Amino acid sequence: MAELLRVEGLRASYGEAVVIEGLDLALADGRSLAVLGRNGAGKTTLINALIGAVKSSGRVTLGGVDLSRLPSHRRARAGLGWCPQERNIFRSLTVEENLTAVALPGPWNLARVYAMFPRLEERRANMGGQLSGGEQQMLAIGRALMLNPKLLLLDEPTEGLAPAIVDELLAALKRLAAEGLSMIVVEQKAAKILRFADEAIILNRGAIVVRAASAALIADEGALHAHLTAAG
Amino acid sequence: MSAFASDEAARVSRHLLRRRRWRPLEIAAWLAPPALILIFPSRALLINEILILGLFALSLDLALGFGGLVSLGHAAFLGIGAYTAGILASRGVNDPLLGLLIASALAGLAGLVTAPLVLRGADLTRLMVTLGVSLLLGELANRNAWITGGADGLDFTVGRLFGVFALDFTGRRAAALYSFVVLFVLFALARRVMRSSFGQSVQAVRQSRLRAGALGVPANRRLIAIYGLAAAYAGAAGALIAETTQIVSLDIFDFHRSADVLLMLIIGGPGYLYGGLIGAAIFVGLRDLISGATPEYWEFWIGLLLVALVSVGRERVEAALARFARRPYLTRPGEAAP
Repeated sequence: MAELLRVEGLRASYGEAVVIEGLDLALADGRSLAVLGRNGAGKTTLINALIGAVKSSGRVTLGGVDLSRLPSHRRARAGLGWCPQERNIFRSLTVEENLTAVALPGPWNLARVYAMFPRLEERRANMGGQLSGGEQQMLAIGRALMLNPKLLLLDEPTEGLAPAIVDELLAALKRLAAEGLSMIVVEQKAAKILRFADEAIILNRGAIVVRAASAALIADEGALHAHLTAAG
Repeated sequence: MSAFASDEAARVSRHLLRRRRWRPLEIAAWLAPPALILIFPSRALLINEILILGLFALSLDLALGFGGLVSLGHAAFLGIGAYTAGILASRGVNDPLLGLLIASALAGLAGLVTAPLVLRGADLTRLMVTLGVSLLLGELANRNAWITGGADGLDFTVGRLFGVFALDFTGRRAAALYSFVVLFVLFALARRVMRSSFGQSVQAVRQSRLRAGALGVPANRRLIAIYGLAAAYAGAAGALIAETTQIVSLDIFDFHRSADVLLMLIIGGPGYLYGGLIGAAIFVGLRDLISGATPEYWEFWIGLLLVALVSVGRERVEAALARFARRPYLTRPGEAAP
């Protein structure tokens, strides 16, 4: 399978504080990767560094295109679809406008996003600020899909959501993964995300301490738990 | 095109059509100014001033309400527009429409050129930069008296509109109607632009430059474009002032012009296009009313209104009005009608 993402010697910092140092990572096209780790391990910083939302150095290529020196909007246009932790939907735009404001040509369009999240179609004329947390998360994912990304970056998509909504979202992500959309998903709840991710990494202090197939981590739950609690 | 794709295109066009549709109350509101001009010709001068300042406030709304670019020197573009139209007329190019177009284009160009300066830094820096540009242009106009008339001002004669309608003091009604048509056309254009995907992405940038950038929106380019458009609108307002008064003086660049237009926008509320027009009507209307009673202290009452507005909160006033009138024509961009 062709390589989609390659990260070499990634270093990311907030001012003087270095969060990620010398991180290398590769992801094949059509694969999904779970990023696990305790709070402060550098999971969100990794996503932010990939999209260019935080100061970073090192080399990031997507489908052979070097993104390292590109500003955020050109990285997005090169194929990175970002779904941030805070959802950050545009509150003064309607659901439909949130989707159309950033749309790029490709197979993902309004009809397909609405088919994935029927609830959004029902709320299409509502303002972004009028949505529930779960609907905002669906909108954030739908908006990222409207960019027709090669790689979807999801930062804690289930955080703060009711269990029923979490299941609905995970089912949607599972469908996306099954359709072959490449994804990197940052998540605290390892058990839920490993159900559909092909493989996972565990971060500790900005470095990868474990990389394994999801099935292997699920099979050895004790070891997974040990890594996640011992990390740090 | 596949059936799926054509269904998608139809869905998007239906949505955009729905957003662009003019509502009945909106249409009624637009019919009022020409009716008032025709019914009360003696008040045409005042209505003309409201219309022009409304256009000026609309231009600030594009920059501030939609682009989030605060300015204390918006009079710079008003002045460029006014002096361009005035200088052209004084040199024989006295067709009002041609003057308006050139003035607007030059002001827009000045906006595009100065926009990168405005984008640097945060709000305080922007206030300083915009104020600085306005002071700079005012002084340039002062120093180049050979073309601007300097402190004496520049007087000139503008030709008749379409060769028929005089815009000077003999044709106050025609001048006010001319200003109204220009305002309406530019408003309709702004309405369409801000409801297009370009306008939506500008609003997305205002809400978060970082977020919009990470979603593929070229934030700086969008802000430069909206600032240039706002400057062009201010230039058109300046040209209307010049053409309907047939004199331009240095006070067009004065700080109070920039401050007043900001007050008008604050009174009417930024970010939904109508705020500047409502603010201009209230500001000029109150000034006319109060200055009739206390000519020296009218600013005291305007100041009191602002303090009251901020203390009570415009949202409460709007909510009360919405309950009273169920005013769908005042909804913010993207907001569903109640």
